[in-house]
Amino acid sequence: MDEILYLEKEFKSKIDQSDSIYKIEQVKSEAFGKNGKIGELFKKITTLQGEDRKNFASNLNKLKDNINNLINSKIRNFETKEINKKLSEDRIDVTLPGRPITFGKIHPVTQVIDEVTAIFGEIGFSVAEGPDVENEYNNFTALNTPLHHPARDMHDTFYLDQDREILLRTHTSPVQIRTMLSGKPPFKIIAPGRTYRCDSDQTHTPMFHQVEGLHIDKNINMGHLKGVLDYFIRKFFEVDKIKMRFRPSHFPFTEPSAEVDIGYELKDGKIVIGEGDKWLEILGCGMVHPNVLKNCKVNTSIYQGYAFGIGIDRLAMLKYGINDLRSFFETDVRWLEHYGFDPLDIPASYRGFSR
Amino acid sequence: MKITSSWLKDHLKTSVNIEKIISTLNNIGLEVESVATAGKNNFFFIAKIIKTEKHPNADKLKLCDVDIGSGKILKIVCGASNARDGLLTVYAGPGAIIPKNQLKIKVTNIRGVDSYGMLCSEAELGSSDESQGIIELNSKKFQVGSSYFKSNNEPAIDISITPNRSDCLGVRGIARDLSTAGLGKLIDLEEIKLKANIKNPFKVIIQSNSGCSSFAHCYIEGIKNTESPKWLKDKLISCGMNPVSAVVDITNYIMLDLNRPLHAYDADKIERKVIVRSSKKGEKFLALDDNNYSLEDTGCLITNEKKILGLGGVIGGESSSISLNTKNIFLESALFDPVKISKIAKKLGINSDAKFRFERGVDPNIMEYGLKLAVKIINELCGGKTSNIVISGESNFKNKQIKFNSEKFEKIIGSKISSTDIKKILNNLGFKFKESKNIYSIIVPTWRPDINEEVDIVEELIRIRGYNKIQLIRPEVDSSKEILTGKQKLHRFAQRSIANKGFMETITYSFTNSKIDSLFGLHNKNLLITNPISNDLDILRSSIFSNLLIHIKNNIHRNFEDQKIFECGPVFFGSKPGEQIAVIGGIQIGKIYRKNWLEKDKDVDIFEIKDCVYKTLIELGINEQELVVVQESESYYHPGRSGKFYLNLNKQLLLANFGEINPKVVKEFDIKNGPVFGFQIFLNNIPVINKQNTEKKNKYVVSNFQKIERDFAFIIDKKFEAKNIINTLFNLDKKLIKKIRIFDVFHGGNIEKNKKSIALNLVIQSQEKTLIDKEIDELSNKIIQIMQRSFDATLRS
Repeated sequence: MDEILYLEKEFKSKIDQSDSIYKIEQVKSEAFGKNGKIGELFKKITTLQGEDRKNFASNLNKLKDNINNLINSKIRNFETKEINKKLSEDRIDVTLPGRPITFGKIHPVTQVIDEVTAIFGEIGFSVAEGPDVENEYNNFTALNTPLHHPARDMHDTFYLDQDREILLRTHTSPVQIRTMLSGKPPFKIIAPGRTYRCDSDQTHTPMFHQVEGLHIDKNINMGHLKGVLDYFIRKFFEVDKIKMRFRPSHFPFTEPSAEVDIGYELKDGKIVIGEGDKWLEILGCGMVHPNVLKNCKVNTSIYQGYAFGIGIDRLAMLKYGINDLRSFFETDVRWLEHYGFDPLDIPASYRGFSR
Repeated sequence: MKITSSWLKDHLKTSVNIEKIISTLNNIGLEVESVATAGKNNFFFIAKIIKTEKHPNADKLKLCDVDIGSGKILKIVCGASNARDGLLTVYAGPGAIIPKNQLKIKVTNIRGVDSYGMLCSEAELGSSDESQGIIELNSKKFQVGSSYFKSNNEPAIDISITPNRSDCLGVRGIARDLSTAGLGKLIDLEEIKLKANIKNPFKVIIQSNSGCSSFAHCYIEGIKNTESPKWLKDKLISCGMNPVSAVVDITNYIMLDLNRPLHAYDADKIERKVIVRSSKKGEKFLALDDNNYSLEDTGCLITNEKKILGLGGVIGGESSSISLNTKNIFLESALFDPVKISKIAKKLGINSDAKFRFERGVDPNIMEYGLKLAVKIINELCGGKTSNIVISGESNFKNKQIKFNSEKFEKIIGSKISSTDIKKILNNLGFKFKESKNIYSIIVPTWRPDINEEVDIVEELIRIRGYNKIQLIRPEVDSSKEILTGKQKLHRFAQRSIANKGFMETITYSFTNSKIDSLFGLHNKNLLITNPISNDLDILRSSIFSNLLIHIKNNIHRNFEDQKIFECGPVFFGSKPGEQIAVIGGIQIGKIYRKNWLEKDKDVDIFEIKDCVYKTLIELGINEQELVVVQESESYYHPGRSGKFYLNLNKQLLLANFGEINPKVVKEFDIKNGPVFGFQIFLNNIPVINKQNTEKKNKYVVSNFQKIERDFAFIIDKKFEAKNIINTLFNLDKKLIKKIRIFDVFHGGNIEKNKKSIALNLVIQSQEKTLIDKEIDELSNKIIQIMQRSFDATLRS
């Protein structure tokens, strides 16, 4: 027994005196390593008998556990200290800038086309497309605008041939013709896309964007047209209160025809859509002219409906406060950075049309 | 079309104010563009002489710097002795017609100095007989830049008349509409009885196919043409016209009042036999606008046997023009073919008030009345003896007839209209009709060429009733149809996929500079635009790169050296509709990192671009196994540093190309900021994946057995492409070789000149068991052998 007490005293003192992880590891091997003092003592068990043996073994095991715990705890202490020391030394200034990131952007016109698509998509419109180069028939004649009609002069048309048969579409309306000629009613489409007019000044660019709408079915009347545009304008401008006015107008391909104005006011030189007392024209529309339907082989005694055309660039300017139309197409990276949208900001009905 | 409320009241008995008139006009489809006091379009402004100096080449003339408002200073030569620094006076700009002598002001060179207008005397302005020196104005009353004549005039309402409403190109038509809308009573036209004092000496012969169907005329002898009285001048000025002389002003007045263009000829300058005929190609004609036109064969000419007097319905001739000295006049009121007028005017580039009206349609039944009214006023203002009126050609004009069922209104508009309302509106608009059981037999007045069928009547009714009466029907949510087709989804996905890799989306014109486009594209002459907006936008683009490179250059000028931009849009391969494809093109230039503490400056390289394309193609749903990259070039790429992505080895579908833009091309742009990299993804060639979500994923198969990595380095001939090595090794044992990475490529040093060292890392794993050393060694040996056999490669020790 004395040996056990002696060893306990000896090792406790040695553990106390260890002032480094190296020294405590030495103590550990002195106790439990090859020929370690505590290990050696276990050999003595075999020399004892009966009660003595039992007591000796029990006390020796207690000693072993005790010393082992003390050593391990001391080691953990040293390790913790070491880690803490290392951690305090390893500090990095995380406020330093990381590697430069370049953010991609989506052009406002693309964003607005996607917004418009999401809004009209929810009420049953699907997207149709047509070519940028059109023949004169689809762009004018089929749309009830015969040759030498003064309305043609209002579209300054780009031509690709001397005979003026092939042109760059002056509006998205030829998509109406293509849609109706290639299918059977009912039709319910929107057609966003590029349009071209030979005009360039402060407020006109030779290329711009429109979205066409066409809804032909049995008994679609002007009340439906009004309802759809009212719905669109509210959703698009994300304002509850909006003043909208239908004014009679003229387009050869609709009868009756209308232009739609929305109310706005100027606050600090910026247009605020909503309740103001000023009016801004934003789109043209009407009931599709029977001649257009006839040109497209649609039976006018059964089917009728409406069409509309909205300037997309204009919508973008109004909603996002962009002043200069020409800047849309100038690829100034500062402008794209400023007015562009995050590519993950996809307009959709389930997550809202803008974030 | 400009009107004033006082002019309107010549035809409309009303007491409403101008605000009510404006709002009503807007509500019935006569859109008010602006309300402004005339003067803007006038040419007489209050101006201040800033500085005078002697004319370098003339003793009696002065050279004045004149402030005409908004900071605009012009040089004007002036002979007046009172012209001096600081004097406030009246300036007549180019286009002005001096009331006193009808002189038209132009920019003229006076003794070697250009003079941009004239400073006027009181006499020249018609305000007194004082002709000594230029007018002197009190600076307290007048403001520099404002219009001199404005104080006399009431505000003009400028209405944008849609092309269908030719009847509203006269004040009376507008008054009729306003009256129908409830703003007052339309005053009947006064009956005119003319007394013929003399016989009409003119004989008008209308040849067939001349483009003129009817020609009413009158001869007035012994008039005194003069300056118009104030009421007439005020009317014209307030509606944006310059008064000229009484005769001309009266014809203009009747045009504006009744939409009835007239033309007056100086009868002493023309012969008595007038022939109306079609023009011939190449004929020359000096018009009133001082232009000598070479005619086409599409016009209608008013001629004597030897002389062209006027281009009918478009513009009069200089040779027969009216002056203040004119004594005898021949007055024309005719009907011209709208199409013929439109054609010739467009060809010659003439846009006259008369042409504008004939093109849109005039009321044939006002032809004679307009002539009578003109004669009457000329007699009143200028005296003279009047002949009888003669009408050559057609004189009986039929009305159109339409059947209108009032149910049509409800069908189109969605709500009913009472028969009382229908009748009232039709009556007030001048339609005659008979009704029985909701069916109206309508006779359309001749001033409404735009009314042809039932829907036109519907529009008239709802227009007057008010569009605000249309009951709005709310749309319902409807998701029965797909919004986008597979192709459309793909385009939109691709756009956002590229943007998400740090590229800025731009939109550029679909046309470009043909010289630049030929560097990239097809050089197809059919794509040239016949009437381009400018020479550097003269062709439809056959490559998406043309505009992108132009804009890259512009941004470099804005001091942006590192750029990543892309566009998704059409490029054209022919001029027929549909000969276009959708392409995403991107350009990257400059550095990826610049001045950063973590990394060194890093230039953009070809793999930056390649990875972007590769990743996008995978994101678009291309199977990685089917995606093949090939070292192939296009002329606009660096021949050794560009490639193409195909779907499958048979190379039928070109999905994309990428590379360094050929330095020779870059040189053409004068871009000196290092290499330019670009890519094009051909969206039309990307297959659309139409699988349902439930079918999209393959079976889930993974291996949980240990995987082993082995590295090899080979010395191999330079000509062998990495793609071939990787393919060959994969094919060696598709079951065990899971991944091959190339982690080093090296040439030079102690390696033979035509060889390179290539280091590979292979991941080996079985689906079925843990591999033992022997199996791995066997595979390693096979790898070394096949490398030797296929590429003559030796294992590097």
